[in-house]
Parts: sequence; C-alpha cells; structure tokens
Amino acid sequence: MDEVLENVLARCAPEPSSLISVLQDLQEEVYYLPREALDQVARRLGVPRAQVYHVATFYRAFSLEPRGLHTISICRGTACHVKGAEKIADMLRAELDASDGETTADRMFTVQSVRCLGCCSLAPAIMIDREVYGGVNPQKLRRILKRYRDED
Amino acid sequence: MKTSPISTPAQLAKLAASARKAFLAPKPKILVGAATCGLATGAGRVLDALREQTNGKLDGLRVLETGCIGACFLEPLVDVVMPGQARITYAHVTSEDDPGILDAMAEGKVYEKRAVGRIDAEPFLLDDVKKNYRRGKFAEDVRKVPSYEKVPFFAGQLHVAMRNCGYIDPSSIEDYIAKGGYSAAAKALTEMEPEQIIEEIKTSGLRGRGGGGFPTGRKWETARKAPGDVRYVICNADEGDPGAYMDRAIIEGDPHSVIEGMIIGSYAIGSHEGYVYVREEYPLAVKRLRLALRQAEEMGFLGDNIFGSGHRFRIRINRGAGAFVCGESTALMASLEGRVGEPRAKYIHTVESGLWAKPSCLNNVETWNNVPVIIARGAEWYASIGTEGSKGTKVFSLVGKVNRVGLVEVPMGMTLRQVIEDIGGGIENGGQFKAVQTGGPSGGCIPSEYLDSPVDFDELTKLGSMMGSGGMIVMDDRTCMVDVARYFLAFLKDESCGKCVPCREGTARMLEILDGICEGRGRPGDIDLLHELSEAIVDGSLCALGGSAPNPVLTTLKYFSEEYRAHIEDRRCPAKVCRALIRFAIDPDKCTGCAACVSACPEKAISGEKKEPHAIDQTKCVKCGVCVDACRFDAIEVKQGSETE
Repeated sequence: MDEVLENVLARCAPEPSSLISVLQDLQEEVYYLPREALDQVARRLGVPRAQVYHVATFYRAFSLEPRGLHTISICRGTACHVKGAEKIADMLRAELDASDGETTADRMFTVQSVRCLGCCSLAPAIMIDREVYGGVNPQKLRRILKRYRDED
Repeated sequence: MKTSPISTPAQLAKLAASARKAFLAPKPKILVGAATCGLATGAGRVLDALREQTNGKLDGLRVLETGCIGACFLEPLVDVVMPGQARITYAHVTSEDDPGILDAMAEGKVYEKRAVGRIDAEPFLLDDVKKNYRRGKFAEDVRKVPSYEKVPFFAGQLHVAMRNCGYIDPSSIEDYIAKGGYSAAAKALTEMEPEQIIEEIKTSGLRGRGGGGFPTGRKWETARKAPGDVRYVICNADEGDPGAYMDRAIIEGDPHSVIEGMIIGSYAIGSHEGYVYVREEYPLAVKRLRLALRQAEEMGFLGDNIFGSGHRFRIRINRGAGAFVCGESTALMASLEGRVGEPRAKYIHTVESGLWAKPSCLNNVETWNNVPVIIARGAEWYASIGTEGSKGTKVFSLVGKVNRVGLVEVPMGMTLRQVIEDIGGGIENGGQFKAVQTGGPSGGCIPSEYLDSPVDFDELTKLGSMMGSGGMIVMDDRTCMVDVARYFLAFLKDESCGKCVPCREGTARMLEILDGICEGRGRPGDIDLLHELSEAIVDGSLCALGGSAPNPVLTTLKYFSEEYRAHIEDRRCPAKVCRALIRFAIDPDKCTGCAACVSACPEKAISGEKKEPHAIDQTKCVKCGVCVDACRFDAIEVKQGSETE
C-alpha cells in the first residue's frame, strides 16, 4: 500500500490542488480509497483531513469501500433510460445477485450506475472497466459476463 | 514522418504542403471509424483483421483509425479510398467482410454488399477547397453507390465542427496539418492583434455551445480587459448532459482542433496557461487528447514563443471525477483547484475572478473547435450560416427512439422536423412521435405541434426548453412523459451539490411527488404543489442546475397534462411504462414453453412445465420487463392496471 501511494504521490506536485488527481490515481491502483491512505494523502498534500474526506465522498468516482475486480457501469443517460436502462439493473441482479452500488460476494464485479457514457447511439449501454457494450439484452449480457468470468 | 519543430508560419505552410501531398497521395487507403461508439460495435476486431490480412497485399496501403463521422447507426464503418475513384463508405462491417473488401480493392471494384454511400471529393473546409478523388469517369459500380448528398442522413448536414471527424487519423498531427490545421493559429498569432481577433469572434456571432449560448467574443473581451497579469483559458470537456456526446466525438476524432482554438483564445485574451477539464468516463478522449498535446508541444505550437510571436502558452489536462455539477463554470474551477465542485454566486463573473481568483475564460469543446474556422474563413463567412441570433452550425446528438441515431451537424435554423424526420428517418419500429427532449436536464420536452420550430438558441428557449449542449432525445408513444420528468428530477436530486437548500430539498420533494404519481399514489393537489416548488427552486438557487431544475417537469406539465391526469385520476400509465400501473401476462397461445424467460427473470417469478405455456406469479413480479426482451415469440404482453382481471 505504502509503495503504491508513494508512486502515486510522486506523479503529482505535492500541493492541495493535486488532491483529486491523487485520489483518482490511487483508486485506479487499489480500486478504492483506504482510510489510512486518505490520512497520508492529507498529510502529504497539506490538506485538512476533513477536506480530503469531503472530496472523497462528494465525487461519484470515489469509493471508500473495497470494490470488485471489474466495475460494471450502467449508463443512466436519457437515451438509455428511454430504451430501458432500468431493466439492465434488473438483469444484473438476476445474473450476479448484486444490486446497484453493490459488489458480488466473490469480489469479481461491482455494479454501479453512471450518468451518461456518451454512447447514446448504442443505448442501452454499459461499460465494464473501460470497455463499452451497446444494445444490451439478457442474452448479450450473459455472454459478456461469461467472457469476464472465463478470463480470470 | 518525423518533423522538426515549427517556428514560423512559412515553415508551417511548407509542412502543410508536403503533409497534404502525402494525405492525398494516389495510394489505397482504408479508414476505420474507431471512436468509442465504433469500437463498442466491433471496429477493433475489423481493424485487427484488416491489418493482419493486408500484409503486403496492396501497394502503399494505409490503414488508419479515424473519428466518428456521425452515422452511429451504421457502425462499424469502414471507408475505402482507391486511387482515382470516389471514397466508398461501407456500413455494418464485420471482420468477415474484410477479405471481401480487400479483394474488391485489389480488383478496383466496389464491395457492393456493404456499400452505403460515396464521397466524391475530400473537403478542406479551412481553405475552402475540395479535392476530387476521382479522375476521369466513374466506374459503373461506383456510380451505383449514392453520393453523400443523396444519402438522407448526410443530405442537409453541414460539417464545420466535425470537419475532420471521419477524415483524419486523430493520432496524426500531420493529418491535421494537411487539412489546414494550425494555419489559423499561425495567422492569428503573427498577423492579427488580440483585439482584432476578439472583434472577429464578435462579428462571427459565435455563441457558447455548452449550454448558455453566451456570445463568445464578449466573454473574451471581458477576460482581456480584466485587471491582473495572470489569466487562464479553460476548456470545458465535462460533457455532462445525458444524451449529448458531440464533445467526446470531437476530442476523439479531432483533438487538435480544440487545442488550436485554445491557442488562439489564449493569445486574444493574454493568457499563458490553459486547462482542459475532461470527463473521466471518456478514457479514449483523454488518451487522444494527451497524445495531441504532446505532439503540439513537440511541434512548438505549445510552449514559449509560438510561431515566433513571443506568445507562450501551455495546456494541462484535469480529469473530472463524476460530478454533473462540475459542468457549471464556478464548480468546474473549484474542482480544478482540487476542491469539491460547489458553485458560488456569480456577482463577480469568472471572466473577472475565476480559477485561483484570476480572470478565467471558459468555453466548451465545440466552441473552441469553431474558433480556428472563424479565423481561417473569416467572421463574415461564418455569420452567413444560421439565423439572425444564432450563427454557424450546431452538432446535435440525435438519439432515442429514432431510426437513424448519430451525431448530426446542421446550420442553425433548420427545423426540428427536418432533423428528426429527414435526417433521422422518423420514429423506430413504426412508432408515433411524442416529444423531443433538448437541453439535457435543464431543458424540456417539445411536443409534435412545435416540430416546425427552428433550432436556434432563442426559439428553443421560447418553447420552455433550451439548446443546451445539443442533446436531442426523441421519444415515442411508448415513452411515459411523467416517467421522463421523474427521471430528470431523480438525476438532478442526485447531482445537486447540496449547497442551496431550495435545490437540495426542493428537488427531493418534487421527486417524492413524481414518484407518488408514477406509483399510482398521485393526489389532486400534486400538480399545484409541483408548480409552487418549481418557483421556489428557481428563485432560491445559485447556479443553473437549480435554476433550471424544474424545466423538465414544467414542460411536460405544460404539453402533456393529459398524461399526468391519467396517472393521478385514473391510476393509468398510457405508455405502459410506470411499473406500479402495469402488469405482465403470458399469452398461452403464443408461449412455447422454451423457458428463456424463466432464467432471465431476476425474481424467479415465472414457472411452468417444459414445452407448456408458462405463467407469471404476479406476487413476485417486479415488472422489469426483462422477460419481454428474453422472449423470442412475442408471447409476453404488457397490460394496463396492476391487478389481475
């Protein structure tokens, strides 16, 4: 952990304005923001702990809870909404037994809703890590999830 | 091609000439649309297979990834240029089509199976020229492919902001320069005074493309005149409006156009430091922008003494962290400073006191992208496009229940009907048009009786909606307008930063009422209460998020009051969307007992004997409708009313 944090800190200027990018890089490395790391970040950047916590809980991208290996983002943009994005959450619940915001028991997937992936022509769309999938239906979703399960 | 840094306009002109020669070289070229939407439909596989199979097959062949030309409904798109012929567009290409395309190229023929359109000339918008691909007569099979002017989706469009998307390799600065790139910056920095540039932008009539539609030239002028030595130039690439993705497409397809616009802007207002605040949800855009910045630095377009003018300017990238409110200028600047994105009161505008309390000039991606065109072609030319109050073109993302979804760039003043029917091809699956939602969560829903209104900043505002960043979400008779209003309220309630109580609590209360209406618990006074709350939220909020939060509710109340009444008085959802007011039933005559729905149902509410008609346990059913999608026999019906008959 310490080493990861050092690497992240080394990439940014040690000043308060780097706070968001430090937290972003940290989350990318360890998939969430551990409490002890937040304390360290506060000390090193010279930002009050309260402010670090404020930022870490304000932005949707940050999680204080450990997350799964893969993050499934359900697009909740308008186009996806009118094309049935709500259903995707239901499908995922059927497939993974995890609701919006939850992580599967095997820590394989975290399911979350995001605002708009900007892939409105593919509605309804999801993004797994950085891969976007469009026109999601039950059969397709099952195929996609299987691919991720087989990989790991 | 390795190129040495450019320090004078003459050097740039020389490089442009050689880059253009290489760009137009009479050699075969394949362009694969590889923006996020293309990649998600399989463009990556097409590209890999093409590269594998082309090994040495065609002499001098160039295979390149290009941006999105806008026709997302045709993805994956592959375009082929053969020397002396037109450029042919192939749609819905899979890796299985690759050998066919390559064979056809080798024989100088068209791969007819996938051909949907042809472009006869390569446009160079900045230089106002078109270079014909074709020499001599068309081959018979080329002539059979309709030219873009005759393809309904492209006819009537005018690509200015998207001038390079789908034409160049976004990772090649030489391609951008071949298209006239950075010549506008060279002209601005070496031939024009800052005031002259500002005057030019003012005359062009360019208005902010991000939402507000504020005159760009006036913004620049105030920023230039603001006291102090340090000023910032900021690009808002935090494209948050759900249903709008033109900024992503522009950055992914033509990142240098945004950088060039910012360079010109920085010189005009006297700034040496720029920021791009880009959404983290757009990883490919971030990647392409990073590369473009590095290239621009290496070429000397960013750095000290740009084009020998003495002007210095650098750009940094900051990634957003998933907060919609950060699209608001003061919230965005707070986020750039590493703080939470809470807007502040704008008694003093950000052009006078913005980032780090310094004058800051913030424009959105599409606005910056328009700047080089205005400088290169002149304000007069730009102002000749569009309407009295809205000049130029606007990119719209035409999405939702429309046949041809994609990015559509049209001159301002075109009617909504032309965009939706002529370009978009009307409603999908033969449905009935109900409304078009514009302007994101701050906008509203426009019903069919106003379809002949022109797209124009002021006209859309008159209808109770707004231009916003250009999302155009088409809704049909299977879209419930109360549900749409509830959707936006839920969005805004979640995204309210919480600073102003009327916004934070008011949106929550409005959402409660709308939830009630959608769940069949609507009460007679609800509509009055929604109006009352709307007023309070508008009056009591600092920023535009709260100030325009009630718009989706107010416009749907205004134009679709029937639907609200059906929900409240009859406990009925005419569009059969609101879950509490509908039920699902299996038609025993159609059900084959294949059990596809059984495994799809998240609640395990469907059961039955193998090969016998199945049934839904209404007590378990949550009415998600997943079974409807899973059923291949169209056996599951949606019925009005929550009770079984």
